[in-house]
Amino acid sequence: MSVQDFFARTQNSLREQPWPLYARQISVLVRNEVRRNLFTRRRIWVYFVSFVPALFLLLHDIFSHGQFDAAYLEEQTQGLAILVQVYYLRLGVFFACMGIFTWLFRGEIVQRTLHYQFLSPVRREILVVGKFLAGAIISVLLFDVAVVACFYLFYARFGSVGQAFMFGSTGLGQLGSYLLVTSLACVGYGAVFLALSLVFKNPIIPGVIIMGWETISPVFPGWAQRLSVTFYLKQLCPVAIPANGPLAIFTVVAEPVSHFAAVFGLSCLALAILVLSCFLIRRIEIMYTAE
Amino acid sequence: MTENREIVFNNVSKFYGEVLGVNRVSFTLEPGITSLVGPNGSGKTTLMNLLTGLIRPTRGSILLLGLTPRQPIEFYRQVGYCTQFDSFPPATTGYDFIFQPLCLHGFTNEQAAKLTSEALERAGMAQVAQRKVAGYSKGMRQRIRLAQAIAHHPSVLVLDEPLNGLDPMARSESIALFEALAKQGMHVIISSHILEEVDRISDRVVMMSSGYVVAEGRILEVRNEVRDHPIQILVRCSNASRLASAAFELDHVVEAKILNDGRSVLVRTRDADKFYLLLNKVVSAGLVEVDAVAPADADVNSIYQYLIGSDGAPT
Repeated sequence: MSVQDFFARTQNSLREQPWPLYARQISVLVRNEVRRNLFTRRRIWVYFVSFVPALFLLLHDIFSHGQFDAAYLEEQTQGLAILVQVYYLRLGVFFACMGIFTWLFRGEIVQRTLHYQFLSPVRREILVVGKFLAGAIISVLLFDVAVVACFYLFYARFGSVGQAFMFGSTGLGQLGSYLLVTSLACVGYGAVFLALSLVFKNPIIPGVIIMGWETISPVFPGWAQRLSVTFYLKQLCPVAIPANGPLAIFTVVAEPVSHFAAVFGLSCLALAILVLSCFLIRRIEIMYTAE
Repeated sequence: MTENREIVFNNVSKFYGEVLGVNRVSFTLEPGITSLVGPNGSGKTTLMNLLTGLIRPTRGSILLLGLTPRQPIEFYRQVGYCTQFDSFPPATTGYDFIFQPLCLHGFTNEQAAKLTSEALERAGMAQVAQRKVAGYSKGMRQRIRLAQAIAHHPSVLVLDEPLNGLDPMARSESIALFEALAKQGMHVIISSHILEEVDRISDRVVMMSSGYVVAEGRILEVRNEVRDHPIQILVRCSNASRLASAAFELDHVVEAKILNDGRSVLVRTRDADKFYLLLNKVVSAGLVEVDAVAPADADVNSIYQYLIGSDGAPT
């Protein structure tokens, strides 16, 4: 088969697909999954992980009384950068995505309900896409709201100086970057954990291995670094945090790339992992007793 | 192009690692009620899971109305499967349990709502549809699964032990529903341990043991194939002793027993056709008047006993 034939066949195949049906199925899946996974007691720990820094900041503000000195604004900006880059990107989003995305399929197997979806006239690839989108909506919603809350609490305590920074200076730009990087973290880690849940019965050990990889990947060659989510996230963070001491491994950007390349690269990585998940789900059989 | 109405198993085997699920299964099913019968572990559920694409065959192929699970949209529009898994999505109501999958079929909300109500009515669950499934009794859970399986009007309905947990009234209603669906031209494939009820409703039977199909076909045809056990024919007539003595003159008649009522003869013969010829002759000659003739062991229970035995091992 020539290359032209291949493209012609692919084009025909894509044209013949029932796209309106797929769109309807994805919207139904997303709606159901968001309802089932966002408003549930099982997700209380995710709420806790995402909002605990904001809670601490709020308590600190309540008990400290008074405004901060404007001289500390720069220090606060560094503090927020450390909070986002070390706590959220390395721990909070990572573990929350592990919980949310692995449960999308693994949870259905544990609860013995996956067969209901497999018996629906839905392509399994559509199931992957629908569930992934639902997981992404849940995690992005929680963590973006948490980051906005932290951002506000970090600068509101400076009064008019803080307001000027937030709305008149680089504040909004930084917030936009943090929201982008947090959202991309959810998408990247989400794709990884969704794929892991289709391969491993217990994705915790592979998850720990992934965490190790994400931590030590900066010491590997450039091409290997591109296989880690944090490689791209670090490039997009608006404020650099001190590259000395133990934090250096989290912050050093060994091979800088443009913002566009970082967003595009991480999107491609997530897409490639999703395509892999589409192949993996085709192999799944309903054998609950073997799980 | 003619419409493909058959279900075809072609040399299908399924192994779970080294454990045999089913081996070299080949048969063709036409619309109507087909019962899968066999002891626990004989491969009935494996066969149903294979048919519905929940598991893939290790060898061989399965065609359902000319479709395979690799065409999921067309395939699953034709199939309704009421599994044995007694599990439901958490916090779901009976209504949502049926409504949500219908939305995945591509129906609009209005169409899905209409089909949901219809299915709930047919399964007798309309009154409790808004309650959480977690609060249902076992029989209600069974019926709500049945409602979900029939809601999208499939052409093939696969039911794994659908009568389990049902009270006699619900059981009788379910059987009536299966018969009505079969009359509409559907495939209704049932696995059941309740042989008397299977016998009452089935057009066809597939008998399984240890992963193999030991017999398959229309019940009477299967019985005729079981040559090791003479066929029992019960004749109610005006002169039982005369008929019994005439029957004894035939080589293939093993036994002719006059029953306690004095008007019935139970004949065991290796050639039913020849016995029926004899019966015609004695009736034509005016020696006896026949009130009723019926095979006494051409039922699923007897065939099961002959082929599989009470211990579940093939004989």
